[in-house]
Amino acid sequence: MKKVLGILILLIVVCFVTAVSNENFFSAYNMQNVIRLTSLFGIISIGVAFVIISGGIDLSIGSVICLVGSLLPYLLVEHGFSVPAALLLVGTISIAIGLFHGLLITKLKLQPFVVTLCGLLIYRGIARGITQDETQGFGTAYKGLRYLATGKIDLPFIEGFKLPVPFLIMLGLAIVAAFFLNKTIFGRYLKAIGNNEAAARYSGIKTDRVVIMSYVICSFLAGVGGVLFALDINSVQPEGIGNFYELYAIAAAVLGGCSIRGGEGSILGVVIGAALMRVLRNSITMLGIPSQLEFAIIGVVILIGVITDELVKRYAIQRRATQQAKQNAE
Amino acid sequence: MSNSNLTHSTPLLEVQNITKQFPGVKALNRVSLTLNKGEVLAVIGENGAGKSTLMKILAGVQTPDSGTLLINGNKVPILNVEEALNHGIALIHQELNLSENLDIAANIYLGREPTTCGIINQKQTYIESEKHLKQVGLKLSPHTLVGNLTVGQQQMVEIAKALSIKARILIMDEPTSSLSLHESEALFSVIRELKAQGVSIIYISHRLGEVNELADRVVVLRDGENAGDLDRDSISHDQMVQMMVGRAVSQFFPHTSHEPGEVVLEVKHLRTPANPKHQISFALKRNEIVGISGLVGAGRTELMQVLFGIDALRSGSISVNGQQIHIQSSKDAIKAGLALVPEDRKLQGLILEMAVRENMSLASVSRDQGPLGIINFLKERNLTAEMISALNIKTPNDRQIVQFLSGGNQQKVVLGKWLAMHPAVLLLDEPTRGVDVGAKEEIYHLMVELASKGMAILFVSSDLEEILGISDRVLVMHEGQLTGELSREDMSEEAIMQLATGQTHKTVVT
Repeated sequence: MKKVLGILILLIVVCFVTAVSNENFFSAYNMQNVIRLTSLFGIISIGVAFVIISGGIDLSIGSVICLVGSLLPYLLVEHGFSVPAALLLVGTISIAIGLFHGLLITKLKLQPFVVTLCGLLIYRGIARGITQDETQGFGTAYKGLRYLATGKIDLPFIEGFKLPVPFLIMLGLAIVAAFFLNKTIFGRYLKAIGNNEAAARYSGIKTDRVVIMSYVICSFLAGVGGVLFALDINSVQPEGIGNFYELYAIAAAVLGGCSIRGGEGSILGVVIGAALMRVLRNSITMLGIPSQLEFAIIGVVILIGVITDELVKRYAIQRRATQQAKQNAE
Repeated sequence: MSNSNLTHSTPLLEVQNITKQFPGVKALNRVSLTLNKGEVLAVIGENGAGKSTLMKILAGVQTPDSGTLLINGNKVPILNVEEALNHGIALIHQELNLSENLDIAANIYLGREPTTCGIINQKQTYIESEKHLKQVGLKLSPHTLVGNLTVGQQQMVEIAKALSIKARILIMDEPTSSLSLHESEALFSVIRELKAQGVSIIYISHRLGEVNELADRVVVLRDGENAGDLDRDSISHDQMVQMMVGRAVSQFFPHTSHEPGEVVLEVKHLRTPANPKHQISFALKRNEIVGISGLVGAGRTELMQVLFGIDALRSGSISVNGQQIHIQSSKDAIKAGLALVPEDRKLQGLILEMAVRENMSLASVSRDQGPLGIINFLKERNLTAEMISALNIKTPNDRQIVQFLSGGNQQKVVLGKWLAMHPAVLLLDEPTRGVDVGAKEEIYHLMVELASKGMAILFVSSDLEEILGISDRVLVMHEGQLTGELSREDMSEEAIMQLATGQTHKTVVT
């Protein structure tokens, strides 16, 4: 909780500043939008958090979103697949991609950066090839399926505000992810490997399996994200969908306390990180800042967050060392 | 030689009250020493006594928290590497720092190549290098690639390098740890030669025989503090050991011999990937503590790693309790009843960033798991509490990050992790490296206690005192080969060194 506190405060401050300058920020419509997008990005950020905690990285998320997001309407609309068949196929593809990454990284000892960078090029290329770069969509059909991304649920006691369905999906996934990370031996092994792979191996842990698993989770959640993004926008351009999303996901995970060196991270932190990313973009519009500056501002805020985190960590280590020294001296 | 009396009034180098604190451990506490011109000063002490830290401070590699340095009686500020070199202080690390892909001359002048208009003056480096090679008695062309040299020759290149910067103080950190007897002899004669030329040498070694032979004076460190000095006349093996461990040797090593039980671990014709030329066969019995001795690079760690499934064996067989096992990963080894406390605690033994509790349960957590792989937190807590009290681990609580524990307590956490698995065979690789004297003694007592309860213990150690002190039997390795086995009655520093340097008894001429 202590680790999450910093970013939570940052999120509240940004919300507060924006709300003071623009009353529409807390309007039901705007909040629903922010929460829906936070949930979609939250899902892919949780995925990449697993990989980052294991000490790896996944740059292919945006392209997996593109592949899955393009294939789903393509299979349903152009090829008449049934909904379960199409979902099963894209799900299998995303899991296979993660497995492929994991095997190359553990068995062939290739660098995660390189493997997933190639993935970034390959999957989008395949998606564009299959669809001939044509925009894919569901039209007015598949209302039930699209409810997953666009649906809203009335909340008792709160008038006007409806809870976006993706939030519930994200919440469910986050709870499962947090459970795995904190309560099971898989999570324990994952953190151990991220901190010190050799020591984990010397303790009898089959490190390869755990690492492969983390890539499978990451790609699968990217696939889930791809499905939801496609259902949300309903007009999927293979050339553009999911561009840079891996960077948003990584940024959210890092903001949420995942060390790029591996070994640490919390799911709650990652979700708050994803929220911060979305709120920042929203604030830029709300505050009337020229949208050309969007990336610069997001970059600066992340950098400040990371620098603060590093300084706080150093201070804590120093304080601990001096305390220890005192104890030893006594 | 003639001027040595003159300079004795002002020592060449004086170190006063150096203190250095690392997270969790005070490496040096008000340590002082003096060094005279043309003197060989031996600095000895157990692993973790602070010798290496002190030497790194002298060479400017590390900065002390407090303390004073005097050179020729003048106070100088704390040095960085460049300033230390300017004062003529050169450190030859235990692990040699040469670039194997470059030739001797390029290594000697690395980082300070003489240049004309920015172009390296190659010719000059070769001429100068040749001169310095002669000084150390190395009959090699400076064009030779360093990768083609033996470890002993590489060491001489390091010394030549130090001479080329006109070093007045040469610090050697365990220079013979990977040398053959012959190479060691060559090194000693170079040291004597340098001494005659007025170079002062600080010599760090575990080998008390060498110290006896070479040193003009001995400074003993224990747990980061001065434990006493010995002049040339009072240097003796027993005196040195007593100062190092702080009490008589017989009290420090709790050896009690047990009647060995049946064979637990049997290794037959084992070939390791590191040394595939040699076959290793031996057996380990219940209640036995067997030491593996040898020089650095003798293949001891590699053997342990194959036994524990870290590396795959090339051929041969490993049996536990009479049953041949196929070890393909450490998990298989653990299943068969083996446990390994690895050589490098920080890299292989512990997850430094994690808590005591999480480290302690890392091996047993999968055995104790509940449905869905849920960690049994209650068992984990109980196990940790049990180990903390059984092993006397000094930690504020079980959530303490292990990084902040002292070396000895860290090692006990690794031991606890494996004791939780109730192994039949406990493999220990340098179990007391970087551990303070108190914890060291506790580890010895623990080993003896475990053996008396029926465990078979196989331990690798570079510390001869330790090997002699607690082994029931010792296996000696040399360049990947098992060169001999000595029973407790036949064990001696000399007998082990002969086997460790590849000499059989017959070829030794006294």
